[in-house]
Amino acid sequence: MATLIEHSSILIIAVPLLIAFLTPLIGMASKKARNSVVVVGLAFVAFLVFALARDVILNGIHIYTLGATSPSLAIPEGTMVPVRIILEVDGVSVFMGIIVAIVSLVAVIYSLSAMKGETGQNRFYTLLLLMVAGTFGMVFTGDLFNLFVFLEITSISGAALIAFRTKFADSQEGGFKYIVVSAIASLMVLFAISLLYSQYNLLNIGALAAAMQYTMLDRIALVILIAAFAMKLGGVPMHMWISDTYSVAPVSITVLLITASQASMYALMRICFILYGVTLDLAVVGWIVIAIGILGMFIGVTMAVRQTDITRLIAYNCVCEAGFMLIGLGVGLAVLGDRTDLGTFGTTAINGAIFHMINHALFEGLLFLVAGAIFYRIGTRDLNQMGGLGHTMKFTAGFFLLGALASSGLPPFNGFASKILIYESVYQFNPILTIIGILVSIITLAVFVKAFFSAFTGALLPKYEDIKEVPKTMIAAMTIFAVIIIIFGLFPGLILDWIVRPATDALVDQASYINAIMGAIP
Amino acid sequence: MTETLIGNFPLVAAVVLTGIGLYILIFRRNLIKIVMGITILSSSVNLFLVTLGYREGGIAPIYTDAPEGPMVLPVVQALTLTNIVIAVATSALILSLVIRIYRHTGSLDSKKSRRMKG
Repeated sequence: MATLIEHSSILIIAVPLLIAFLTPLIGMASKKARNSVVVVGLAFVAFLVFALARDVILNGIHIYTLGATSPSLAIPEGTMVPVRIILEVDGVSVFMGIIVAIVSLVAVIYSLSAMKGETGQNRFYTLLLLMVAGTFGMVFTGDLFNLFVFLEITSISGAALIAFRTKFADSQEGGFKYIVVSAIASLMVLFAISLLYSQYNLLNIGALAAAMQYTMLDRIALVILIAAFAMKLGGVPMHMWISDTYSVAPVSITVLLITASQASMYALMRICFILYGVTLDLAVVGWIVIAIGILGMFIGVTMAVRQTDITRLIAYNCVCEAGFMLIGLGVGLAVLGDRTDLGTFGTTAINGAIFHMINHALFEGLLFLVAGAIFYRIGTRDLNQMGGLGHTMKFTAGFFLLGALASSGLPPFNGFASKILIYESVYQFNPILTIIGILVSIITLAVFVKAFFSAFTGALLPKYEDIKEVPKTMIAAMTIFAVIIIIFGLFPGLILDWIVRPATDALVDQASYINAIMGAIP
Repeated sequence: MTETLIGNFPLVAAVVLTGIGLYILIFRRNLIKIVMGITILSSSVNLFLVTLGYREGGIAPIYTDAPEGPMVLPVVQALTLTNIVIAVATSALILSLVIRIYRHTGSLDSKKSRRMKG
């Protein structure tokens, strides 16, 4: 077990990668065997993630050096800097790892029935596992160039998956938009990395943070990195691709795209908090992040009001919820240099933002799965053509209501638990931000009430009379999300103590991240 | 002035290529041209990376039968090779998507083949 945990960080990336290329081979022999290998493999990865999370939260940062005689040997003898590829897993990384593990498992279980009628399923699972491996890599790596490579793996497999159903013209367009946006964002990231490398000859995040001089070039690199990752997570001037890709992808892929966007948000946090850290004038950076967040909330919710396509409506809600997280993070960044403000409300704001990330993945995931279930049965996403589906699809209707209430931040669901943290801490920073937040939540509720009534209530339309409930595995996938949402809503204190606070502590503690790599070198 | 310009010629070329790539991406509506814009942008970043790694008089770090002189740590070259491979994969995927879009809509003009708005 100890050996397994010691090597778990690389296994979590390597196992999906290995299974990805085994699935076409197994799939040629038997479909059942392929499906069970994928599910069992991802369940094993989820087990490893939880074991690693327990270890990291109890024993501190976990380091894995690829190719070294001992995995914890970050700096080889005779050199002063890390030269090998290093995975560095701290509280935030395992937190993101838990999100990816849960969501990928649910996505695969949902795909078992949802993708049954499609051709090329072997390649579907290959791409899906590649995307999961890429997302895990993004959150576990301690190396900037590795981050770029995993970002590209996620983007390329993600674009191929969005365009997977080649019979639809709009999914091709969505895939095209996604890969263009991703290619531009990753080239910007690579350019920023080369600016940093040209000055310090380093690629490791911890070592770079220790050597950082805050020259003009560093500031330019920071701006480029923030722009690139804000583009990848759907921050507002660059949010157009979100609605076009989330709405046309197979829904099991959409939930993975949400985690990929959140991995980009993780990268943004990693760069702002750890790489540049406290010594930079962070009030300006914090306010930039807050401005992106406010715009995202406002534009996301107003665009959601006028949608008639159910998945586009939920996609715009994603833009809006990303705004909430950015506000929490921005407030945390703005007061990072001020220890008293950080103590009174800064850490609470970051707690809220981080907690909202996992909640966002859960309830938006549930809403998308419900929208996919409706599409699976009636073949349209247009709200105007739906009606009375709640009579026959009772579970689906219940899950939609649950997700909608959680997303609007109503108690006792998980969205309330994280939004209240953001509201109360942001209020002490600037009351107007909280007022905007509450207003946006109310409009979100209105949007979802409209969608719920037009899809599920009213008289059952004659053409949908022989519509049945969706298959059991799809119900099972949605149930997993629903149960976690309710547990998180009922016991938010436990979740905060177990996984959210360690993540926040790791994020504001730049010194221990550097020390884990550089050792006790002064 | 002229000497610095000549000395930094690869960097100037990288900037010019970036400008061309961004211009194409923003102002051209043909999907194939957008792919070309991304490829040019990628080349400019590659050029920038390789320029950073150049050390005058340095030799490749191959230890057998090495001539005298400082050796160069070939990290930047490795990064460039990786990026070239990734760029090939990306452009292959985009081009295949462009083919699918053309089959569905019969047009490569992004204004005409566009289905999703708002």
